[in-house]
Amino acid sequence: MAVAAAIACRLLRLRAAGAGGHWRRLRGAGLPRGFLQPASAGEDAAQWRRVAHFTFQPDPEPLEYGQTQKMNLFQAVTSALDNSLAKDPTAVIFGEDVAFGGVFRCTVGLRDKYGKDRVFNTPLCEQGIVGFGIGIAVTGATAIAEIQFADYIFPAFDQIVNEAAKYRYRSGDLFNCGSLTIRAPWGCVGHGAVYHSQSPEAFFAHCPGIKVVVPRSPFQAKGLLLSCIEDKNPCIFFEPKILYRAAVEQVPVEPYNIPLSQAEVIQEGSDVTLVAWGTQVHVIREVASMAQEKLGVSCEVIDLRTIIPWDVDTVCKLVLCFIGCFLSYDKIMSPSFIHYMLNATPRCMFWNT
Amino acid sequence: MKGQPPLSPRRGRILEGLLANMAVVTAAARVLGSSRGLGQDGLLLLRRLGVRGLAISHPQRQQQRFSSLDDKPQFPGASAEFIDKLEFIQPNVISGIPIYRVMDRQGQIINPSEDPNLPQEKVLKFYKSMTLLNTMDRILYESQRQGRISFYMTNYGEEGTHVGSAAALDNTDLVFGQYREAGVLMYRDYPLELFMAQCYGNVSDLGKGRQMPVHYGCKERHFVTISSPLATQIPQAVGAAYAAKRANANRVVICYFGEGAASEGDAHAGFNFAATLECPIIFFCRNNGYAISTPTSEQYRGDGIAARGPGYGIMSIRVDGNDVFAVYNATKEARRRAVAENQPFLIEAMTYRIGHHSTSDDSSAYRSVDEVNYWDKQDHPISRLRHYLQSRGWWDDEQEKDWRKQSRKKVMEAFEQAERKPKPNFSLLFSDVYQEMPAQLRKQQESLARHLQTYGEHYPLDHFEK
Repeated sequence: MAVAAAIACRLLRLRAAGAGGHWRRLRGAGLPRGFLQPASAGEDAAQWRRVAHFTFQPDPEPLEYGQTQKMNLFQAVTSALDNSLAKDPTAVIFGEDVAFGGVFRCTVGLRDKYGKDRVFNTPLCEQGIVGFGIGIAVTGATAIAEIQFADYIFPAFDQIVNEAAKYRYRSGDLFNCGSLTIRAPWGCVGHGAVYHSQSPEAFFAHCPGIKVVVPRSPFQAKGLLLSCIEDKNPCIFFEPKILYRAAVEQVPVEPYNIPLSQAEVIQEGSDVTLVAWGTQVHVIREVASMAQEKLGVSCEVIDLRTIIPWDVDTVCKLVLCFIGCFLSYDKIMSPSFIHYMLNATPRCMFWNT
Repeated sequence: MKGQPPLSPRRGRILEGLLANMAVVTAAARVLGSSRGLGQDGLLLLRRLGVRGLAISHPQRQQQRFSSLDDKPQFPGASAEFIDKLEFIQPNVISGIPIYRVMDRQGQIINPSEDPNLPQEKVLKFYKSMTLLNTMDRILYESQRQGRISFYMTNYGEEGTHVGSAAALDNTDLVFGQYREAGVLMYRDYPLELFMAQCYGNVSDLGKGRQMPVHYGCKERHFVTISSPLATQIPQAVGAAYAAKRANANRVVICYFGEGAASEGDAHAGFNFAATLECPIIFFCRNNGYAISTPTSEQYRGDGIAARGPGYGIMSIRVDGNDVFAVYNATKEARRRAVAENQPFLIEAMTYRIGHHSTSDDSSAYRSVDEVNYWDKQDHPISRLRHYLQSRGWWDDEQEKDWRKQSRKKVMEAFEQAERKPKPNFSLLFSDVYQEMPAQLRKQQESLARHLQTYGEHYPLDHFEK
């Protein structure tokens, strides 16, 4: 990880040197736009606070799912929720402030369209939101809970880990809460600081019984969210908040599914495998092209997509062929899911277990 | 009716008199019922006191109606009047919410109009469920002491709360319990074989042997599987009630918990959600005096759990949990109204935990044997009901002797059968984690199978089903 970070830093400095020749100092209360403009946008853009950056790299328009529409990530989420509520009469969406459209506008228009008994606010209590959602799911109805920021998911940790994850197992499959999906805005955004930037997927990665999914783009988000909602296991869907507006793509209007527990090889390569999820996928894509350009290294780029149960086969199969694997993340430097993957990868490489 | 704002008869000048009236009015509200505003009797009482009259005859009030110049509070957060005297509301724990009962401690009906007048066979079912539970408890407690099962929790003293409430529900009403509600399942005719199977974790256990004893669950009887973490079931029950409301299922959800679990954050969450989202749910608190060793004086300082209900906007009542008819009446009425009006009800059933917390507990460490004996001998739900039955001529000592023998025989038979059965196959360690078994788990399952093939002699494989 340190190696990947070091390479990335070196490459980024090369790039920055090209754009303005020196780092700009951090400004207080900088606008998030600063992050989203490519380095080549000129002096004005360079004046905005820019310590690190990434450029969202859209995928080509999908042709196999019918008519598409330009959507950003929160619109893609709204579209998925709209499709779900239309298809499944038991589906309900709830959480803090979802009624007026949500603090990130993911539920705009849904209350008017589907009614106040299906899209409603709850009191400000995450343990209540998730517990309530579990209860709805136990009756067989579809529950889509929103936690306002992933940073605030911790009061619900007991309900998620001790209850939701274990419901089916502990009851001998008499009861389950498989029709529960929890959504939360996730990851760094530039101005969020300690409590609006966290990426807590590692805490949940240790917990069998739930699925944890992180999309990298609007097209991925809609397909993966629909899969989570339809999946018969409780799912946590983390939405990279920095991509809500910044990521714009052509997204099919009709519902479609992207399978869970399947990593995607975005770019083929022959020397090194880079693995990431969410926002960081775009960073490693850029790193891959820089590595090719500056170092002549051919990188394979994998988007993990589902954190647990993760696609061990895809990652290990490709790693077998290469001299090494860099697992990239933008999180705090303490034991994270990366470490777990590093442990697992050699085992599957050498002992095929 | 739901939605009526409470009356607040205070007015500026006559403060002392008003405060005195307020105290009487509050007491009247409690006695006359209905925490959502005073009923007709309450209004009458107020008029007699002249408080309401004061309000109406006050010159300023007569002339000004809802104008913006009116000096009335406009805050969205509360519907209340101003007061210009600084006074803290005193929590009333000396004369708390009164305890509704139908029978006295000798099983005699106090107020005949409250007698539910249940038919003989139904009351006999109450009695037999409670006594069968008691017998099963004794035998399984002993079996833990003998090392046959790993753990057990008895229900001594609380049988009335289980059976009285279960009897007042429909069979399809969903039950979320904590761990001391076996009588609900007993009343719903859960077979002894399955109680035992779960405690022994044998091959007949519907839960596939995955949990500690007394963590029962039954889909057929709409009893959600028990989990060890306390109070987690409370917001879940609220969600289930919401879904039942949306489905127009004409179904109520009942959620049991102890007074200790009511301290958990999940309890607060559940109450608040149920009230704001208008869910047809009955919160049934078994206040049995202890949470393991912690007495109620160390659990809360307010007037128990019932007093918390109005704080959330929930209709609440306190009942004598050892009076099976009181529990029945309260639950019956709560069920009727919860479904009809889509609102939550809170019933606090006062009772006493005669047994230890569990087989891992020796309660003589924190309470006197005299205290326990009092409840066992002087105020026990089973004896009170027996006195009632005997006074009605529906039961006598001969039948009592026969039933004791019969129930013990039934329990012993189920017990012996349960002991003989093997445990579930070890491959069931890995299933049901997810609906489908992921590749990694399948690999672990296969790895264990291979390990046992090679080293099986070191494991008690004979105890497990092949």
